[in-house]
Amino acid sequence: MGKYILRRLVMLIPTLLGMSILIFGMLRLLPGDILDIIAGTDAQVNEEQMEKLREAMGLADPIPVQYVKWMGNMLTGDPGNSMRSGEPVAELLARALPITLELAILSVLISTIIAVPLGVISAVKRDTPLDFASRVGGLIGLSLPSFWIATLMLLFTSKYFNWTPSLKYVPIYENPIANLKQMILPAIAIGIQLMAIIMRMTRTTMLEVMGQDYVRTARAKGLQDRLVLYRHALKNALIPVITVIGFQLGALMGSSAIVEVIFGLNGMGNTLLQGIFNRDYTLVQAATLYLAIVFVLINLAVDVLYGFLDPRIKQG
Amino acid sequence: MTDINLSDASTLESGRVARQQRKWQSLRALLRNPIGVIGLIIVVATVFIAVFAPAIAPYSPSAIAFQRLQPPSMDHLMGTDEQGRDTFSRIVYGSRVSLQVGIIAVLIALVVGGFLGVIAGYFGGRLDSFLMRVVDILFAFPGLVLAIVIAGLLGPSRRNAMIAIGVVFAPAFARVVRGTVLSVMSEPYIEAGKVVGSGNMRLIRLHVLPNIFAPLIVLVTVYLSSAILSEAGLSFLGLGTQPPEPTWGGMLNVARTYMEILPSMAIFPGLAIAILVLGFNFLGDGLRDVLDPRLRER
Repeated sequence: MGKYILRRLVMLIPTLLGMSILIFGMLRLLPGDILDIIAGTDAQVNEEQMEKLREAMGLADPIPVQYVKWMGNMLTGDPGNSMRSGEPVAELLARALPITLELAILSVLISTIIAVPLGVISAVKRDTPLDFASRVGGLIGLSLPSFWIATLMLLFTSKYFNWTPSLKYVPIYENPIANLKQMILPAIAIGIQLMAIIMRMTRTTMLEVMGQDYVRTARAKGLQDRLVLYRHALKNALIPVITVIGFQLGALMGSSAIVEVIFGLNGMGNTLLQGIFNRDYTLVQAATLYLAIVFVLINLAVDVLYGFLDPRIKQG
Repeated sequence: MTDINLSDASTLESGRVARQQRKWQSLRALLRNPIGVIGLIIVVATVFIAVFAPAIAPYSPSAIAFQRLQPPSMDHLMGTDEQGRDTFSRIVYGSRVSLQVGIIAVLIALVVGGFLGVIAGYFGGRLDSFLMRVVDILFAFPGLVLAIVIAGLLGPSRRNAMIAIGVVFAPAFARVVRGTVLSVMSEPYIEAGKVVGSGNMRLIRLHVLPNIFAPLIVLVTVYLSSAILSEAGLSFLGLGTQPPEPTWGGMLNVARTYMEILPSMAIFPGLAIAILVLGFNFLGDGLRDVLDPRLRER
């Protein structure tokens, strides 16, 4: 197993290199940089000062040189300073990443707890009105924009409960209750689509597994229905579901970006957006790369977990 | 020698006939599928509304002619917005942006991804491994995050939103098309076509493309729903079509400031997005039941 993980980690290196080139190239080749924005907001800056600024920011170098410098710094763990505020990007992101990760974990937890039982019930009661209702419900859940749900949540809580989200983020280790109060609504808003996806996937795989020989055997030898369901069917049906959850985490970060804006949380999404609007290269390239690394590592973890759950894959 | 040619030709011919029959069976099966039919109705109705928007909308979407922030009434079915424009008319016109951006973005993804997928699957070898490597890298980015970055950097506009969404979706199309092409490549009719001396282009056009059609239809429908959601998300963030042009996402964003005075402002645009996306999801679900042979057998 250790060897397998190591091999997969090594295989990540070319992927990550490719990603970093892609991000970097995109930022440099697309029109407009931070100096245009500074020039747009501050009429006092003249050509000469602009050139000086450009050199100070390292933007005057040829693009490949800039890339190598950036990669060198990234490898030593220093993504540089924000071109806008001068703050170290590492600090900015260290504040933002925990918020987004907590949101992601919370919404995965909530949606799994609700969706898996629904999917199982739907499969067991196949083709009954109950199954039909949860299938339609699943499709509706897939179609609700997370940012609409989030907006409506704020509307109702402020109108009927006189509650508005606090503007300052409270870490969970400081005050768990205040933290959860702050995070639970955005987590649900982000999680509704995931809930629908998990529900549909659980239903499909349960149906598949329930048609397998070992389930029929378990039934035939007189095991209780419930035991067959949990010990034989569900355990096997959940393996593909876990993969789907892993894949969906990426999508989750996307909707998290918008929901963070609505709830005023300074997570990765909000930070990234500010960076984009300011053409803050150092911030955007580091934030995007970190998000991508997190995503890639999660997928790797899912694959490894998959190997543990399904011994047939372990050799792979 | 003639014998072999004959049987090869008949293999090819029978494949074509079977496809024709399947097409009609599929359509009839779709019309028997209640979820698919509801989806079809929603989608067709929205297209109708978008095409005939000038006739359906009671007012101009940009006419600043009414009292601001009115609740829904007989005169203004969905009320008026913060500038005194008729919300219903803006929702009607907004369907144009959603459909246009959604359809063109998916077309971009289909053409780019489909092209790469066919090439990778058909020719295989080193080209295939290289292309799939690139696809893997693009896949390693969270989709909407990448779309936000691309749209933001290209500059917020309708065209750039289409490009951003199209680029983000293209790898998915490349992967599915490649997989399907690979499975088609092992079919006897491809072998037969090669034996009778068909060229690559002819084989791809006549035998590969028609056979990847069914999975592609499902994929396109499902991705249309995602594209419309993404478009709404981008315009919500101000990264899509710019005001004063009405977009559902943009309207929802503005509504956040006023929703405590006028909740309907935040409700209708979101409802419009949800219904259209639901239509495509229902249609995609129905099509999958009908077209996916693995599901059909069950």
